[in-house]
Amino acid sequence: MPMKILVNEKAQEIATGSLVSDAARLYKDNADIFIRNGFPCGQDIKLEDGDRLVLIKKGEMPKREELEHLLMARHTPGVHERLKNATVGIAGCGGLGSTAAVALARAGIGKLIIADHDVVEPSNLNRQQYFVEHIGKPKVEALKEIIQKANPFAVVECHQVKITTANVAELFSTAGVIVEAFDLADQKLMLAEAVQKQMPNKPLVIGNGMAGWGDNNLLKTRKAGNIHICGDEISEAGPGMGLMAPRVGIAACMEANQVLEILLGPDPRIQSFIEQDKQNILNIKKAKGERC
Amino acid sequence: MLKVNGQDHPWHPGLTVARLLKEKNYIFHAIIVRVNDKYVPSEEYDKTAINDGDDIQAIHLITGG
Repeated sequence: MPMKILVNEKAQEIATGSLVSDAARLYKDNADIFIRNGFPCGQDIKLEDGDRLVLIKKGEMPKREELEHLLMARHTPGVHERLKNATVGIAGCGGLGSTAAVALARAGIGKLIIADHDVVEPSNLNRQQYFVEHIGKPKVEALKEIIQKANPFAVVECHQVKITTANVAELFSTAGVIVEAFDLADQKLMLAEAVQKQMPNKPLVIGNGMAGWGDNNLLKTRKAGNIHICGDEISEAGPGMGLMAPRVGIAACMEANQVLEILLGPDPRIQSFIEQDKQNILNIKKAKGERC
Repeated sequence: MLKVNGQDHPWHPGLTVARLLKEKNYIFHAIIVRVNDKYVPSEEYDKTAINDGDDIQAIHLITGG
């Protein structure tokens, strides 16, 4: 009985007991990177039925039809298919929005709806994903360009408009999740109120409190119903309190990470690691006695 | 007893969202309130009664992003 495996996302049959090197010889004999079920492996690893194998030749530009699968080769199997069908709305394309959007595009979200009325200016570059060449360009256009350089398969719908209570539903009703990514508290409030009044069942991820530097561990996520708040909820930007790439970037990636958890549910592997860890601590306590 | 952002807070008859925010000194204007996971718009703070045992989440929105 041959085994059924996926090689660069194509279904293949291979003799039971075959090694990674056997598959490489058959399907890509110049491959020098081997990724089995989302993790790099050696050539002498035995394949199992249902495995998902990605074979890459380092430095070689893949064909477009193969590229998408190779981009997602390090994902846990099955995850990309689910994210590919998702649409995420990004309200504001500044420090939070540009970073969250790039992270979500790299994660393989199928469609991003990005909205911002502004153009890129020099003071944005200390924390936003733009480059000097983008100065003067509408942020949504510059962000689409950056996203598509990272993942050309992400569909990006751009809206160069000021987001108001009047157009929130029109912009984001098709999104499965909305990411709040404004700078000013009043704008955050406007969006949070509008989403809860107009689309009460829509999950909303808010960035709240990430000015300054350091204090990594103050940044956290709190859930209030279908509102997910990422940030320290205390460090407000203002005169004498600046915003910088690392802390804003952490909060932005916390927002993106929360979007993944909303779309995929909690990662079952992380949950099992947590359980194992609890068990290990219990076992150590049992063996060594309680530490006071 | 109530839960306000996960912490205990005493309940008393006649408590509304507006009075609770005053008691907690939550005086910033950019605030979102949810009572038992239900959003309460700011124009309803005065007339929204809070019952003993309710779970209240208040989110102060602050500038930065």
